[in-house]
Amino acid sequence: MTLDTIVSILKGALGEITLQPDTHATPQALIVDRAQILSVCKTVHQHPELYFDMLSCVTGLDNGPQTNTMEVIYNLYSIPYNLHLMLKVVLPREQLEIDSVASVWRTADWLEREVFDMYGIHFTNHPDLRRILMPADWEGYPLRKDYQNPQYYRDIKIEY
Amino acid sequence: MTPTTVQYKYKEGNLSRSVPNKLRPENLRSEEMIVNLGPQHPSTHGVLRLEVLLDGEIVQEVVPHIGYLHRCFEKHAENLPFNQIIPFVDRLDYVASMNNEHAYAMGVERMLGIADQIPKRVEYIRVLVAELNRIASHFIAIGTYGMDIGAFTPFFWVMRDREHILRLLEWASGARLLYNYIWIGGLFYDLPVGFEDRCREFVQYIKPKLQELDNVLLQNKIFVDRTANVGVLPLDLAINAGVTGPVLRGSGLRYDLRRVDGYSVYPELEFDIPVGEGKMGKVGDCWDRTSVRYQELHESLRIIEQCLAQLTGDHKRSRDFDPQALVPKKIRPKAQDFYVRAEIPKGELGFFFRTDGRNDVPVRCKCRSCSFVNLSVLPEISKGVLIADLIAIIGSIDVVMGEVDR
Repeated sequence: MTLDTIVSILKGALGEITLQPDTHATPQALIVDRAQILSVCKTVHQHPELYFDMLSCVTGLDNGPQTNTMEVIYNLYSIPYNLHLMLKVVLPREQLEIDSVASVWRTADWLEREVFDMYGIHFTNHPDLRRILMPADWEGYPLRKDYQNPQYYRDIKIEY
Repeated sequence: MTPTTVQYKYKEGNLSRSVPNKLRPENLRSEEMIVNLGPQHPSTHGVLRLEVLLDGEIVQEVVPHIGYLHRCFEKHAENLPFNQIIPFVDRLDYVASMNNEHAYAMGVERMLGIADQIPKRVEYIRVLVAELNRIASHFIAIGTYGMDIGAFTPFFWVMRDREHILRLLEWASGARLLYNYIWIGGLFYDLPVGFEDRCREFVQYIKPKLQELDNVLLQNKIFVDRTANVGVLPLDLAINAGVTGPVLRGSGLRYDLRRVDGYSVYPELEFDIPVGEGKMGKVGDCWDRTSVRYQELHESLRIIEQCLAQLTGDHKRSRDFDPQALVPKKIRPKAQDFYVRAEIPKGELGFFFRTDGRNDVPVRCKCRSCSFVNLSVLPEISKGVLIADLIAIIGSIDVVMGEVDR
């Protein structure tokens, strides 16, 4: 199935929404508006011609302070139709909030917690948004491009 | 002690700064209690900590706490050229390093566009060592699982047999566990002379041992009683929770990326994909998951035999074969986003790359680890079980904390 078909299915189900294909991505990718990510995910999950029943990966990505954006990237896979799809959402660094898709796929629970842990992107309506890999009182978000290594953790000097 | 050597200044507030538990004692009912399992408990397979809410012996809720083995793989990967990331990839799932390397090297080769030029001999060697490593990994899974629930003997048997595999791989690569053998575009070195014969001897040696393992563990009445109908994972929940590998196949879906994606030379090889059939209890219970792993040992042996036939037949060693011939001098993929996935013993290992085309280092290298996702289903399937069964469920998921925490 081509990307155009997926786009037309989505537009048929959701009305006029902004979906921009990304040509530099493998598998095929769509750039989705932040406000529509949950409805797009619900549609691709439940539509009988797509049925993306597996969320493989949720990736956070920091484009750096110059570009001033961050991204959340979803890799979906449809087991019955053997389809791949990548969804990208670009967020401004001033407003790092996005709807959680944990209500669609349970996988998203931990994967989104990891993105929150590493980038500080807030997932609204997430069932349990806590840090997952870093200690609960760790300061800062380690995978941001402008992250500074801390000198002390609980008054213990960190030596590199 | 001089003041400069003091590492830790005690302050009252430090104790309350972090919130290590999710469950709070003041919210409990009078018959409930919180029990902390791990991170040092031997049956939690490494540094996994579980916060368990108990009502008597019944588990009400499980909250896994991970991150004790976090080694900043993704941060390191953003600062290293592609070929230097391979040793870090080894350390993800450190009992199946060859499979990790295979997935990673394949991804970078596809980004560079050289994936279809890799010589067949290189691909067969990769599959051969990866399947040997898969057997070693499943040995650990089955052996430690037996030990979790009280069977001590099979653990020693599988560790003895695993040692043969590790010696073979050490002979090929120079290292016992962390190989750095599969390189982007080729291999570190060709197989040593005589490897194929020794490998055939190993296959002949191991076949009766697998039968012994089946008799002493999988068909054992005590083992069946402890694992059948325990931790049943229904298929719809398994797919929705993103579970892959033997855990998903144990729930009855014939889904193996070696077949689905058909990467490397797997389409040319004959092997079956075992799935859980509910022989001892319900489909998707702990026994089914272990049984799938056990049957995969036989399938891996079949693949190894076919690879050996190819490596001594059509693609036999020759003087002018150079496994490093295609290894690029400079690894600089053009600007793109790329997601690659492959089947490692625990499930789907995925890498997401973003490259900008101007640097030898990736802008982002995200690892989608299967143990991490498989572990996230644990709270769902361990509601209302006995605490002894909780240990059986953890073992049947087969997590490697090195891959969970990365």
